[in-house]
Amino acid sequence: MSEKNIANFSPELIAFIGEWKTKPGNLVMVLHKVQEEQGYISREAADQVAEMLDVPLAKIWGVITFYHFFKLNKPGKYNIQVCLGTACYLKGGQALVDELKSSINLDVGGLTEDGRFSLDAVRCLGCCGLAPVMTVGGEVYGKVTKAQVAGILEKYN
Amino acid sequence: MALRNYVLVCGGSGCESSHSDQIYQALVEECKAQGIADSVQVIKTGCFGFCAQGPIVKILPEDAFYVNVKPSDAKELVSEHLVKGREVKRLLYDKSQSSHVGSEDIQFYQKQFRIVLRNCGFIDPENIEEYIARDGYKALEKVLFDMTPEDVINEMKISGLRGRGGAGFPTWMKWNFTKAAVNDVKYVVCNADEGDPGAYMDRSTIEGDPHSILEAMTICGHTIGAHQGFIYIRAEYPLAVHRLEVAMEQSHKYGLLGKNILGSGFDFDIEIRLGAGAFVCGEETALLQSIMGKRGMPQPRPPFPATKGLWGKPTVINNVETWANVPVIITKGGGWFSKIGTEDSHGTKVFALTGKIANSGLVEVPMGTTLRDIIFDIGGGIPDGKKFKGVQTGGPSGGVITAEHLDAGIDYGTLQKLGSIMGSGGMIVMNEDDCMVDVAKFYLNFSIDESCGKCAPCRIGGRSLYNLMEKITNGAGTMEDLETIKQIGEAMRRGSLCALGQTTPNPVLSTMATFADEYKAHIVDKKCPAGKCKKLITYEIISEKCIGCNACSRHCPVGAITGAVREKHVINPTVCIRCGACRQSCKFGAIIVK
Repeated sequence: MSEKNIANFSPELIAFIGEWKTKPGNLVMVLHKVQEEQGYISREAADQVAEMLDVPLAKIWGVITFYHFFKLNKPGKYNIQVCLGTACYLKGGQALVDELKSSINLDVGGLTEDGRFSLDAVRCLGCCGLAPVMTVGGEVYGKVTKAQVAGILEKYN
Repeated sequence: MALRNYVLVCGGSGCESSHSDQIYQALVEECKAQGIADSVQVIKTGCFGFCAQGPIVKILPEDAFYVNVKPSDAKELVSEHLVKGREVKRLLYDKSQSSHVGSEDIQFYQKQFRIVLRNCGFIDPENIEEYIARDGYKALEKVLFDMTPEDVINEMKISGLRGRGGAGFPTWMKWNFTKAAVNDVKYVVCNADEGDPGAYMDRSTIEGDPHSILEAMTICGHTIGAHQGFIYIRAEYPLAVHRLEVAMEQSHKYGLLGKNILGSGFDFDIEIRLGAGAFVCGEETALLQSIMGKRGMPQPRPPFPATKGLWGKPTVINNVETWANVPVIITKGGGWFSKIGTEDSHGTKVFALTGKIANSGLVEVPMGTTLRDIIFDIGGGIPDGKKFKGVQTGGPSGGVITAEHLDAGIDYGTLQKLGSIMGSGGMIVMNEDDCMVDVAKFYLNFSIDESCGKCAPCRIGGRSLYNLMEKITNGAGTMEDLETIKQIGEAMRRGSLCALGQTTPNPVLSTMATFADEYKAHIVDKKCPAGKCKKLITYEIISEKCIGCNACSRHCPVGAITGAVREKHVINPTVCIRCGACRQSCKFGAIIVK
């Protein structure tokens, strides 16, 4: 294992990678753990994983960019998810995305200037009975209307 | 003291989103506070399926079905129902009835038949003993000690179970091919990468009954000669992953997983591998690539996974719902199973019924049940007095079925005849406000986003189709474009490497066939009849209905509405961005879409 720790991995994360190093098909699981700890996968983190697993960076980058779940950019203090699964789409999920754009200038995949909110459009959070659904910092809001968005965001500072 | 009451609290993801965990905590604490903790057991179960009414709390033995419960209701439920024995009427599903209405009497459940969801909403999924008490692991015992692998294959063959992931391939054949393949190492894989937007059958099954999957995979392992299984599950399903981990730990402890299972000398273990949000990984060869830690790119078949799968070894891969049927088939017999359903498709199917429907939720019905029964009897019909327009099945690979086919009994064959597919079980109901061109475009957008990019028909064809659909919804389409769409669609069907590319044109081609008039309206009349496609609609104020309250002009984000207080208002169509804020704000129905 490398002595450098350029991406500030915790001892637990380093131990996890050590444990998985010899298992075949470990890369996706290791990247999950990195993102779980750091919130996203930075270039430094990818370099570190490349060195620790002895896998070319290009291969790691290929995997990260292939899967939607892996993020290359640091998320905001509160990550917003708007569901655009079919049920939510039919019931106005897109209007919530539009409202976030017009009210706080937040694009899908973007971050507000103050770093407070980031936004993901996701497919099906699995509570279709509550459509349209959005989550803020993990808290789920159901049957959301455009008019409620501002009030919901106010709770997060 | 003996237990007097069981309180079942739904712990599915839908109800957890509405704080059912807090309800559970509050009920436990209230039972303690009111001194009845010894005689009442509060259990967090899996999904009840009736998600539209969640969070749900059911109290046994009275079978009282409480809906839309809040954490603050816990005190009253305990003091009234559990202590004084009086049902809390305001929270009951059917408030109008003075006499008791149990969950069996609720119309939502009456036409359902639960095999896959047999334990969901009944047992605590984090307690293996509750699964065992409901005949859990009985099938495994039978397979290990009383049946030969050939017997198992034969039983599966008699049952006629077909893969529930979408393609409907006979399960026994997959098992048999893998069993016949000669190799020291073989694998068993569970596909829990449920990516179809608007479908959550598999997640609820795992959350509510994780042991049924573990048991089925172990049975398969013994039958085909495999000692290692993998469950590939979406990372977006943290609760399901957690329940699987708990279940695996418990089954290890009970000697039902791991070395020398039940003293039979048979070893089998399972590992969890997380998906990372790629729809194409639901395709079996792509899924196997992803388990191996690579980009989830489909591979040409043959060779099929049954002969050359994970790390080149023979592999059985089935989806969650398929697995969940297996223990029941073994315990009750293939003959019992084969009597359920239709000639073409045996057993039941779980559907996630969503969209413009009153009783949104998870329903399990025998194959051959009509769409009318599902949508109007179980689903309670279309809310707000709107008209039924169509139902989409099969997600981004499927099509839309219209009102004239509501009496068709659904199985693999009929859905295909109607231009759709069974798919994994998403069933999305649409009403008159939904534009079919827009819906087709929505699915197309999904599929091109999820295309892995490996083969040209899917990568380029999908994008070209989307551009044409964009052109049509922008009012620039021509009738020739429809011909081009058909040609591209046909090329994609024939030329794409995997099912994703082959089925990407389905939603467009299906709606073009069934809603030809709607496409024509977009192209020839430059109108969107449902009022969805922004470039093709205008908002107007009916001056007879406008009282000049100013609500619309205050809500308009671009100042497109003019008019003084108590005077008629007017919308300037060149400024209007067609966001619909005015129409939502008008209490008098004075704003219409044309």
